[in-house]
Amino acid sequence: MSSTRTTPPSPAGTGRSVRRPGDRVFAGTAKGAGILILVILAGVAAFLVVEAVPALTAPAEDIPGDRGLAGYIAPLVFGTLLAAVIALLVATPLAVAIALFIAYYAPRRMAQGLGYLVDLLAAIPSIVYGFWGIFWLAPKLVPFYEWLERRLGFIPLFAGPASTTGRTMLTAGLVLAVMILPIVSAISREVFLQVPSLHREAALALGATRWEMIRMAVLPYGRSGVIGGSMLGLGRALGETMAVAIVLSVSGGITFNLISSGNPSTIAANIALEFPESSGIDINTLIASGLALFVITLAVNMLARAIVNRRADFSGAN
Amino acid sequence: MAKRIDVSDLNIYYGNFLAVEGVNVSIEPRSITALIGPSGCGKSTFLRSINRMHEVIPGGRVEGKIVMDGQDLYGPDVDPVDVRRQIGMVFQRPNPFPTMSIYENVAAGIRLNAKKMKKSDLDDLVERSLRGANLWIEVKDRLNRPGAGLSGGQQQRLCIARAIAVEPDVLLMDEPASALDPISTLAIEDLMADLKERFTIVIVTHNMQQAARVSEQTGFFNLNGVGQPGRLIEFNPTEKIFSNPDEKATEDYISGRFG
Repeated sequence: MSSTRTTPPSPAGTGRSVRRPGDRVFAGTAKGAGILILVILAGVAAFLVVEAVPALTAPAEDIPGDRGLAGYIAPLVFGTLLAAVIALLVATPLAVAIALFIAYYAPRRMAQGLGYLVDLLAAIPSIVYGFWGIFWLAPKLVPFYEWLERRLGFIPLFAGPASTTGRTMLTAGLVLAVMILPIVSAISREVFLQVPSLHREAALALGATRWEMIRMAVLPYGRSGVIGGSMLGLGRALGETMAVAIVLSVSGGITFNLISSGNPSTIAANIALEFPESSGIDINTLIASGLALFVITLAVNMLARAIVNRRADFSGAN
Repeated sequence: MAKRIDVSDLNIYYGNFLAVEGVNVSIEPRSITALIGPSGCGKSTFLRSINRMHEVIPGGRVEGKIVMDGQDLYGPDVDPVDVRRQIGMVFQRPNPFPTMSIYENVAAGIRLNAKKMKKSDLDDLVERSLRGANLWIEVKDRLNRPGAGLSGGQQQRLCIARAIAVEPDVLLMDEPASALDPISTLAIEDLMADLKERFTIVIVTHNMQQAARVSEQTGFFNLNGVGQPGRLIEFNPTEKIFSNPDEKATEDYISGRFG
């Protein structure tokens, strides 16, 4: 085979290497999809910024509420974050517990059914959650809020006076918690099931009980997945509109009092409620609040990434 | 603290499937016992039944007896967790906990036993275990780095350090060198020669030269066909197995006529 032409090996990047059409097409499609998502994101951001500019530059008395743009948006940002944080604090431990039960404790048949049921929660439209919250959950919570006020009223969170309708920030947070439960538990369940049996057996062979095995091998391995799932849930809680718009009784500004009827609204719920009545600069103001939500969500996601990456060496992905 | 193990009339099942049938054997303390045989003959299953790890697989159960220095490992009130704390295990593929540092990996077993230990004592024990696994010199400057960052051979020695840190009575090794290169394999074999001074070691290996090099006793497992249970065909001193075995099947296997 002395006549075979040999091309000298060229370092990557220089010279032309043989590329098959299939590879080229696939690489192009994948690259296109990647670029498309950036274009869409940039488009939305540009729209928000352009439409928010009139509100950003308007004199304070033109903004609804007469307290300027910052005075208008601040309580909304606060309400949004408060409701979402309550939802996350309630939902994450519950979701992790459900995921662990399904992955490691429940008999296989029951686990499957339970998994479907939890996933089904995600298919319920948010407006239904809103009705459920206002007609069923809120009245049921009233006695509990009264109890909280009586017994734990010294904590500012439960200072009261307790709402008589139950349409409080805590109720909204709990409804949101139920709504984000499926996504957090589904993702947690998947990562827990992916823990290699090698690691689980390593723990068991050292004489770990099932719970110790979960603590040693499963939870650390699934940690970044649980954080990722929580952040997806947080994203949903931050942006949730209808359920909050229906459940939350809005009046008043920034307060940590979770059980009274005077609550700040959330950005998304406020937009939904105010938009039909708005025109001119009012609409620009609402869009400016939407821009604030966009920035918050972006910041939350970057924070989550940072948390996940901080111990990337130990993630088990290497 | 090495202990002897006596196995009598042991049948091992997965559900209704009889995987290993009728094992009778005595494993001597402070020695290395090798188990050889073709794939699927039940030698790993038998090994895992010694520390009740086969029960981790749904449906895994046994009939018969395994007694360690008079203690019935399958007694009615024996907790498998306690059995595994006395009988350590090293797996075919190195499996240090990826989320833990080298130090934490070695200390993992101690932490499980919930013994409160002073930091300095724990440091000593980690060093002693790593020295015992011939790994200390290589990792002493990076104890806080992830265990998964080590080479395969180092990871396997880390797993051995983790297993011996809790001072087990018996050490089970399931093809501990089969995923390693020859130099790492040699390191593990040298290590085993040291460890047998303190532990009873049972090793499953596909590598007959390895069995001949390291072990005092050798058991040969075989099965008659697919779907048939594996059996312990012959158990004898390693020298006899490899020079003048009692059974024809053993001779056929070690001379390379099948398997």
